[in-house]
Amino acid sequence: MNGINILIVGVGGQGTLLASKLMGKIFIDSGMDVKVSEVHGMSQRGGSVVTYVRAGEKVFSPVIDMGEADVIISFEALESARWLPYLKKGGTVISNTAQIDPMPVIMGNAVYPENVLGRIADAGVKVIYANALDLATQAGSAKAVNIVLLGMAAKVLGLNYDDCLNAIRATVPAKTIEVNEKAFNLGYNL
Amino acid sequence: MEKKLLLGNEAVARGLYEAGVKVISSYPGTPSTEITEAASKYDEMYSEWAPNEKVAFEVAIGASFGGARSFCAMKHVGLNVAADPLYTASYIGVNGGMVCAVADDPGMHSSQNEQDSRRHAIAAKVPMLEPADSQEALDFTKIAFDLSEQFDTPFLLRLSTRISHSRSLVNISERAELPLKEYKKDVMKNVMMPAMAKKAHVKVEARNEALADWADTAAFELGVNKEEIFNTEIGIIAAGTTYNYAREAMGENASYLKLGIVNPLPKKAIIDFASKVKTLYVIEELDDIIETHCIKLGVKAIGREVFPPLGEYNQSMIASAILGTRKETVAVDCEIPPRPPVLCAGCPHRGLYYALKNLNLYVSGDIGCYTLGAQAPLAMMDTCVCMGASVSALHGYNTARGTDAAKKSIAVIGDSTFIHSGITGLIDIVYNKGMSTVIVLDNSITGMTGHQNNPLNGKTIKGDPTTAVNLEALAKSIGINRVVVVDPFDIKATREAVKAELEAEEPSLVISRRPCALLKSVTHAPALKIDADKCVGCKMCLKVGCPAISQKIFENGKTKAVIDPNQCLGCGVCIESCRLGAIGNN
Repeated sequence: MNGINILIVGVGGQGTLLASKLMGKIFIDSGMDVKVSEVHGMSQRGGSVVTYVRAGEKVFSPVIDMGEADVIISFEALESARWLPYLKKGGTVISNTAQIDPMPVIMGNAVYPENVLGRIADAGVKVIYANALDLATQAGSAKAVNIVLLGMAAKVLGLNYDDCLNAIRATVPAKTIEVNEKAFNLGYNL
Repeated sequence: MEKKLLLGNEAVARGLYEAGVKVISSYPGTPSTEITEAASKYDEMYSEWAPNEKVAFEVAIGASFGGARSFCAMKHVGLNVAADPLYTASYIGVNGGMVCAVADDPGMHSSQNEQDSRRHAIAAKVPMLEPADSQEALDFTKIAFDLSEQFDTPFLLRLSTRISHSRSLVNISERAELPLKEYKKDVMKNVMMPAMAKKAHVKVEARNEALADWADTAAFELGVNKEEIFNTEIGIIAAGTTYNYAREAMGENASYLKLGIVNPLPKKAIIDFASKVKTLYVIEELDDIIETHCIKLGVKAIGREVFPPLGEYNQSMIASAILGTRKETVAVDCEIPPRPPVLCAGCPHRGLYYALKNLNLYVSGDIGCYTLGAQAPLAMMDTCVCMGASVSALHGYNTARGTDAAKKSIAVIGDSTFIHSGITGLIDIVYNKGMSTVIVLDNSITGMTGHQNNPLNGKTIKGDPTTAVNLEALAKSIGINRVVVVDPFDIKATREAVKAELEAEEPSLVISRRPCALLKSVTHAPALKIDADKCVGCKMCLKVGCPAISQKIFENGKTKAVIDPNQCLGCGVCIESCRLGAIGNN
């Protein structure tokens, strides 16, 4: 299997769908075949969500199974750990440092593990992380967390900088272009 | 030709547009919803949300009688609701072409069961196409309309979550604007009474044979079915998304018979393909329909023996089953707590559930966002079966257990679900002298499927104003004397109102009315705060089950509750939970 497999994970409502749509557009613009598999419906209500982005010369399956992802882009630290088995050997985790307690933790029936991202690194995995909310706020909108993470991923994947910015300009609402460009740069230049 | 990255559902909508469809009627249901949402953006087609799938299907039949190409969409369980018209529409056939898309949900991402809609196609003797990506979703939609008119039958288009909700590249083309077909009164064809139906059934059986021949011949010429011969040691028969998984897993190390028509299935093509390969596998999610067909043809194939009848497949599990390969994986060295979906912060359903939590009620539940209240800590649901069952099943429960039970039991049902099929259960309660208390959670939108307008909120699918059903007047008109409206954020008033209705020895309808917190039109109060000096860490506020409230260990080592200002919408439901008055605006 050649090509690129990207897993985008997070908590329902965090804006993972826009990130996957942009990723898909960037690969298409560079002439690749693309499949993106999204989650709609019940899990969007605060549950663990996953989107698959696959690009290559010809892509058949829209899903990524365990051990197949080149990169995991994660909007939340615990979700990075949950989906880690989907990472290919030698792959990279790009994670937001945000921690959102799931209901079993809020209820005191489970524990949010300490130092989650450190544990991923301890498992021998390359982890690149940032407080994407801080960077997004710095760029001008807390909603730009997804674009900050996209910037981080673009750097790791070696994507063409101009292609990424063009995809962003063509996808986000006109009045948010400036903020999103800033957010992308903050992630890209981390 | 323009290329676009479209969801399978959006590609079906584009196919409707290009096929010259004029009338679309659907009821939302994951994973089918976006077909009709996308279709409603094309002004050349009339589209609507119907109250339920049966109505939607019948509107489409009527439009077909009227000479237009027509369409309806629903999820797999929705087709159960529309099964009655489906089975007889099969006998009648069409005037304008008619297609019904049905989206299955293997793996149950957002469903209460994992049924295989191909069973309906077989039982109703209606042909069914199954695309494997967005391009085929568009192409097969158009082909289905042509075939519907050619073979005089409604067509089913089977989708699944991974087709409906996956994006892939699609070539789009222009719309074919078709004139309405002439309407001619034809009682023998269009009125199904025994004398006519006996003749129609003969026609249906012959049509099925003709379609099976088509599956063996023209289906290959049109690219609906495909034979791909590479390595002949292994042969694979698959349809829809499982073809993609198999193709990915085995590449050119196997040969493939990819089926685009899944009812009726080809015969000769399967026997031919089987004769070309050494070991034959049938790979199909859910039921073993193709495999059973192979057995009937005397073709030996490996299917259920290695592939399970549960959940979704993928390329790795297929490679593992056929080749015994496994991928290397890594994991962290600790337990990872689950993250189930929850009611959103600021959700009006939480207010209602929290108000009633300590009344020890039997709660007859229904399908919607509020089903999430079944989970801890609210745990406010005893049963949940299907759309509308909360109301009728409560009547059954109370009839079995008597007056005392009826004073300790409620049904909870959303606004859209109530209109879908709760109203009939309520009429049953009134007519048969029941005394059940039914609560409609009216949040002014069809929520779980992603915000669709419905007959109670006064807006059409396009957002245009229309007549809204008056729920209070509706309840009164069917004979309910006790109708009360509560605001679920007013916890005390809601609790007292429901208690009074439970005591009353006659049917009651309680309308718990407040719009969904995610609606753009809803304004929110500022985020609340917990006064750390007043909080003693008793955890009572955590029982509200709000994702914005969690525990934090402070520097002095004490554990106290905190509210996440980024999530809190200031609904105030948690305020009552704190006996120390620690929650407020300061």
